[in-house]
Amino acid sequence: MQINGQEYALTKVMSLQELLQEQGYRSNLVAVELNGAIVKCSEYGSTMLTAEDKLEIVSFVGGG
Amino acid sequence: MYAYSEENTQQALHKGLTPEQSQLLQEAKVAVVGLGGLGSNVAMWLARLGVGHLLLYDFDKVELSNLNRQYYFLEDVGKYKAEALLAKLQQVNPYGDYQSKVARLTEANLEELLAPAHIICEALDKAEAKAMLVNGVLEKFPDKYLVAASGLAGLEDSSSMTVRQITPRFYLCGDGYSDFHELPLCGARVGLCAAQEALTIARLILRLEGENR
Repeated sequence: MQINGQEYALTKVMSLQELLQEQGYRSNLVAVELNGAIVKCSEYGSTMLTAEDKLEIVSFVGGG
Repeated sequence: MYAYSEENTQQALHKGLTPEQSQLLQEAKVAVVGLGGLGSNVAMWLARLGVGHLLLYDFDKVELSNLNRQYYFLEDVGKYKAEALLAKLQQVNPYGDYQSKVARLTEANLEELLAPAHIICEALDKAEAKAMLVNGVLEKFPDKYLVAASGLAGLEDSSSMTVRQITPRFYLCGDGYSDFHELPLCGARVGLCAAQEALTIARLILRLEGENR
């Protein structure tokens, strides 16, 4: 699958929540698009990823 | 006091633009959420661009420590940002339909407060609030354009300050990593990010960017 344009080898069945944790993201600081559609925060745990998926993960830092 | 009119202010602000571009700007409706280092500067650029309709939201008051980067002055300290800024915008474009509200956007009220806008500018400071607003807009208003910012602290040069189109209607300005909890806020660098947000919004209005280009 792809994460932010980079290849990522999905080695096991994983939810989006688990992937975010594995990649070191805090789920309350991100916006995630899966195959072009925004994923609701409440659905991170129930969204299962496949090898064909394309993820865009934006992680916000403070300032403004 | 200079005797201005709707006609001469409009002509002055839209100097060099075509009648079609002037029309697009006059009809544009932009919401700016947060009127601090980003938002106060974005709003001023949009007013100087002669954007016709602005909806401005911020719950906070001007503090002395804001003056290193935000578009406020000593006379504004203690005033609500939403009120202080409106007065300044009206000194640039007195005929603009500019409304401001002392309000904090939440998941519960964002739909109502942002519904009238075509383009939404995220200009909040806390990372959690940015994430909440961006998620809320992308979920509830997939047809609107969203311009957000992340990573504008510190003193790195302008080459790291970019604008990325994340998805067809979602643009992200900033370097993506410079956090204000760790680095100082330099007005010129914050202003650079604000100018990028404002320029992206201008380009979207004028159809130089986005799906209507």
